[in-house]
Amino acid sequence: MNMENQDRQTLNRNLAQMLKGGVIMDVTTAEQAKIAEEAGACAVMALEHIPADIRAAGGVSRMSDPKMIKSIQQAVSIPVMAKCRIGHFVEAQILQAIEIDYIDESEVLSPADDVYHIDKTKFDVPFVCGARDLGEALRRIAEGATMIRTKGEPGTGDVIQAVRHMRLMQSEMRRIVSLGEDEIFEKAKELQVSLDLVKYVHENGKLPVVNFAAGGIATPADAALMMQLGAEGVFVGSGIFKSGNPQKRAAAIVQAVTNFRDAKKLAELSEDLGEAMVGINEQEIKVLMAERGK
Amino acid sequence: MGKRIAVLSLQGAFVEHEKMLGELGIACFEVRRRKDWDQPKDGLIIPGGESTTQSKLLVDLGLMDPIKDEILGGMPVFGTCAGLILLAKNMEGGPFGRLSTMNISVRRNAYGRQLGSFHARGSFAGQDIPMTFIRAPYIESVGAGVEVLSVVDGHIVAAREGNQLAAAFHPELDDCQAVYEYFARMFG
Repeated sequence: MNMENQDRQTLNRNLAQMLKGGVIMDVTTAEQAKIAEEAGACAVMALEHIPADIRAAGGVSRMSDPKMIKSIQQAVSIPVMAKCRIGHFVEAQILQAIEIDYIDESEVLSPADDVYHIDKTKFDVPFVCGARDLGEALRRIAEGATMIRTKGEPGTGDVIQAVRHMRLMQSEMRRIVSLGEDEIFEKAKELQVSLDLVKYVHENGKLPVVNFAAGGIATPADAALMMQLGAEGVFVGSGIFKSGNPQKRAAAIVQAVTNFRDAKKLAELSEDLGEAMVGINEQEIKVLMAERGK
Repeated sequence: MGKRIAVLSLQGAFVEHEKMLGELGIACFEVRRRKDWDQPKDGLIIPGGESTTQSKLLVDLGLMDPIKDEILGGMPVFGTCAGLILLAKNMEGGPFGRLSTMNISVRRNAYGRQLGSFHARGSFAGQDIPMTFIRAPYIESVGAGVEVLSVVDGHIVAAREGNQLAAAFHPELDDCQAVYEYFARMFG
């Protein structure tokens, strides 16, 4: 990586730092984007179909129409993210050309490459990637991701997988902190990542980039649960605009992420939110999106 | 008695500010609720993050007016990036509520989207320091009583008005204490 790339990487990690303690919401129209911004979203994810609908419709799911993404960029002042398929570096080039603020190389869309992820060090715009465990997270960071999120199981309204992924990552990091100096070489081999990254975790007890929770978060309590488990912020996909009262639910989740340890406040925030998204239980799912890209 | 600084911790990069204060041996605490704010304090830091998010939370959590009152009462405050926006009296196209205590006009996302974010070196109150700009605003003009502290590429990026200090860049992200030392002299 040359000096200029290194500089962009730092700036891109820094933008993720500014998103911490915030909620990133999936939106499909400029109108929804405005609702999300007014409710206090720290960024929006522009996509044509939210994960719950992608799951229901089946078929191949691709990058959204740039025209639709641009209409959302014009509607709000907060950062706008968009998804490209795993390994589809041309979709990423297109998103960079329209000056997206963050690209999500996402398992929610159909993967375009079953071997390689995008070489994200070649881009100026930042990337966030999903991970189920520490090895996946560090491999994505080595490829240039400047923000990580749990994969969870998108479009289900079932938080179990996000919990599983976040717990696994945190416990693997605690274990690496406790390793002896001479034991981290073996760990790097096992995780298939560079020694430098394992050393960073060993010394700091955290990832070198910001780590959000995503997948199946539908209520203020879900969001606070992920924060208490160590997430630095949350993505809410289908959970908001598939619910009865999107405005109210969105604002409640934003407050829940700020005051995630205040149970009294969380009780207030959980009142009277209307119907939550119906959701699908883990066992009822046909396609496990989290299995895409390792 | 050592000084104790409140760090607004509704959203954004507040932990980074706490770390910098810690390195200077200055105690701090997080403000997420009204009862946090009611503790004794010698100053306030408003961090970078999203100004619309922080603004919404300031209102929803009943913090906007109490904080505004104390700033107007003379409590030292330091805002970075989103914090600067919240302090500004004037802003184009900003319908949302702000503290509006500082006599400056700001332009949000003044350097464009993330591709416009950059590192620079510039003079801050006469000292050459590193500066990190992330989807940053800048100050378009300052009113009476405001001292300009930094100008980068012809744009004002740091200023002070009495008890209020604001920067468009992020001193919490660079390995340099100059801006904090300056702020410490404001409450010291």
